Amino acid sequence: MAITETSAAIPASGERQAVRPPNRLFRNISAKIALLPMILVAVGIFVGGTTWTIVYSFTDSGLLPRLDWAGLEQYERLWSQRRWIVSIQNLAIYGICSLVFTLVIGFVLAALLDRKIRFEDTFRTIFLYPFALSFIVTGLVWQWILNPNFGVQKIVRSLGFENFTFDPLYNADIVIYGLLIAGLWQGTGLIMCIMLAGLRGIDEDIWKAARVDGIPAWKTYIRIIIPMMKPVFVTALVLIASGIVKLYDLVVAQTSGGPGIASEVPAKYVYDKMFQGQNLGQGFAASTMMLVTVAIILIPWAFLQFGGRAKK
Amino acid sequence: MTNPAQLAPAVAAAGTLPRLQDGPSGPPPRRALSGRNIMLYGTLIVVSVYYLLPLYVMIVTSLKGMPEIRLGNIFSPPVEVTFQPWVKAWAEACTGINCDGLSRGFWNSVRILIPSVILSVSVASVSGYALSKWKFKGSELFFSILLLGAFIPYQVMLYPIVIILRELGLYGSLGGLVLVHLIFGLPINTLLFRNYFAQVPEELFKAARVDGAGFWGIFIRIMLPMSLPIFVVSLIIQVTGIWNDFLFGVVYTKPDLYPMTVQLNNIVNSVQGVKEYNVNMAATLLTGLVPLVIYFASGKLFVRGIAAGAVKG
Repeated sequence: MAITETSAAIPASGERQAVRPPNRLFRNISAKIALLPMILVAVGIFVGGTTWTIVYSFTDSGLLPRLDWAGLEQYERLWSQRRWIVSIQNLAIYGICSLVFTLVIGFVLAALLDRKIRFEDTFRTIFLYPFALSFIVTGLVWQWILNPNFGVQKIVRSLGFENFTFDPLYNADIVIYGLLIAGLWQGTGLIMCIMLAGLRGIDEDIWKAARVDGIPAWKTYIRIIIPMMKPVFVTALVLIASGIVKLYDLVVAQTSGGPGIASEVPAKYVYDKMFQGQNLGQGFAASTMMLVTVAIILIPWAFLQFGGRAKK
Repeated sequence: MTNPAQLAPAVAAAGTLPRLQDGPSGPPPRRALSGRNIMLYGTLIVVSVYYLLPLYVMIVTSLKGMPEIRLGNIFSPPVEVTFQPWVKAWAEACTGINCDGLSRGFWNSVRILIPSVILSVSVASVSGYALSKWKFKGSELFFSILLLGAFIPYQVMLYPIVIILRELGLYGSLGGLVLVHLIFGLPINTLLFRNYFAQVPEELFKAARVDGAGFWGIFIRIMLPMSLPIFVVSLIIQVTGIWNDFLFGVVYTKPDLYPMTVQLNNIVNSVQGVKEYNVNMAATLLTGLVPLVIYFASGKLFVRGIAAGAVKG
């Protein structure tokens, strides 16, 4: 039995030897077939699609993509648009505020929850639930709460402060902070969770040592814990930053870019030009600028994270 | 049966028992109402109020009639509870010419969600398995590209995908949107499964290979039965992510196939007609209900999912 089996196997392997060249390619063939969808997505969509958009951002595509070379014309036009400048400014203000407040609030909440308190799970559940909701829901709720005729402004006025004004969604100067309130409400829970995981990873002995030395808790956090949590902070930073660049749904739901163009953001510019303005070239140029923004954030991070040891 | 580790504290306690008679020892018990605790819990409670407020306002507003909303303030509980806004939001609210309420969007979302989740979780699990246990030359490179892709703004890839879907004849259909969700769910979920399967001992894998199991045999007989938790985590990420999506829904489908989020936005932000805030809030709450139920039902697994996706990424 065994002999017949091996003898049957020999010619088969002999055949495989005969067609030698593709041998390497066909090793682990099922694994390679199984990875085909992922490879297609990585190369076809992510690399291919990105390259396609960058190339076409140098053309004068209008209603349909055309390969008529136009050099930097789209970019020149883009940066001369007031709406684009406002979008970039908004993104910068929203981005910096969101980054700072999310990190601070996220860390403080995580530190409070880490003080061995009761009902920790309850508090954590409360802080994190907005993260499960979509930006559309978030935007619509806060639109309602910040409604000057019914919401916060009216309530404070009815308490006796007749001249109190707080109508961020109707005031072009502060509308971006109205978005910020909603964005923070939705996103801080996530960062808090990540910070909490980081705090839990810190050795209990460090706390004991600090207590023995009589260092107050707040000083321990600033001098010892935060420097130790640098990788966690960097991860949180990258997460927040890549989320900020994508900011779109929240604006559409909460303000639709208004009043006027006061709360426009780059992602909305791209969508409007591509799918409503029939000005594909502008859409491509604007989305390429968004990619550049992400690259500016990501490349230093990649160096920090992988630089030195990996060949990346 | 008795665990020595469990016995140890009991022995220790018995050993210290006689000392109790000597008088109090150890640090004095902390008072529950110390200044530190008031600060701590006070801060947490105030912050909790800020986080809970919108949910409360949504519920309260959706249960009031319009006259009551115009007179009262948004925080006051309803004097007269009415479920009319909920009925209207679900079955009668108008978007454009269609007046069959959010139910249309809800069922569209369900029809998008189920195939998208099944497809993306299965493709991601198989990819993660192949990447962790069947590495070949170049597999890590493709994976790095996939992960980098997760950081590319979606806007960059929107139009190329429109062209691909048009070529495939899927543009504007639910099938096309399912494909898009598959594509963009792949990086995070593949990472999740890859990290999970990488922890499976190599010996187990080698033993199975010696016994003659192949790629699929090992996956189905060995990996699947031990990976329920990671499947649940991936499922949670995908269900909430796809349900909450707005951009892809609005770009890749037609108005009568819009998912719930897009329809919700169209109902609430429509410029015509009198604004019915109670109906709007009922509609908003309805849309948020699915992810909220998943969130509260899954508890710690949800946290684990985002922590796994974030910290390791």
